[in-house]
Amino acid sequence: MQSNRRVFLKGSLAASAVGIAVGAGLLTPRAVFAAWPEAAFKAKSVADALTAVMGSGATTESADVTVKAPDIAENGAVVPVTVEGKGAAEAIAILVEGNDMPLVCNFVMTGATAYVATRIKMGKTSNVIGVVKTGGKLLSAKKEVKVTIGGCGG
Amino acid sequence: MAGSIKIRASLAGDLAEVKCLITHPMEPGNRKDKTTGADITPKFITEISADVAGKTVIAGNMSAAVSKNPYLSFKAPAKAGDMVKVTWKDTTGETDSAEVAIA
Repeated sequence: MQSNRRVFLKGSLAASAVGIAVGAGLLTPRAVFAAWPEAAFKAKSVADALTAVMGSGATTESADVTVKAPDIAENGAVVPVTVEGKGAAEAIAILVEGNDMPLVCNFVMTGATAYVATRIKMGKTSNVIGVVKTGGKLLSAKKEVKVTIGGCGG
Repeated sequence: MAGSIKIRASLAGDLAEVKCLITHPMEPGNRKDKTTGADITPKFITEISADVAGKTVIAGNMSAAVSKNPYLSFKAPAKAGDMVKVTWKDTTGETDSAEVAIA
């Protein structure tokens, strides 16, 4: 068990070294893409991640946002999640409260409606948070997903 | 990594539902090879975007916390015959795109 912990820590260090290389501009994203927001994805808390990616960490829970996810996920490596808002949206983000780095993905809408479905990894039982940015406000909803086997690392 | 994206787009009224499945390891880089003990290099999709009829409708960023062989679905206004193009790029700089007509 102890040695596994070491392996995991060393692995994360290696991962962040590569991340820094990416951030330093070794890989230049093409114009069509939104540049990868390093700080947002490395943030350790939901509020920090949201501030980095949406400009504010303050969200309002709203009934206009729905997060669809299973009650129990047997395999944390594949958890289907759907985030849906009402009307137009500027951006949608999916976060997992219990993950080391909560931000999973972030999408900027320039025509698409407030709907995103994907599959995510979860390390342990926690809340999945869907954040929809509309009219400059951040609306959120969350759903608890019980995870039987964690899907981060291995 | 040509041919890594499968796209299905169906029209319901004036809204197209686009579903895409990408074959990609989404390796976060925090694991070691069990036999050699060597670090596994991170390789995951960081950027993804989709165009409908030549206009970008959704552009996003992903972390390694998106599952292996990522699935993404979105909805956008479109009409029959419009082309949907999905493009991704990963941490190693590899990129791929695919295009399909909305049925």
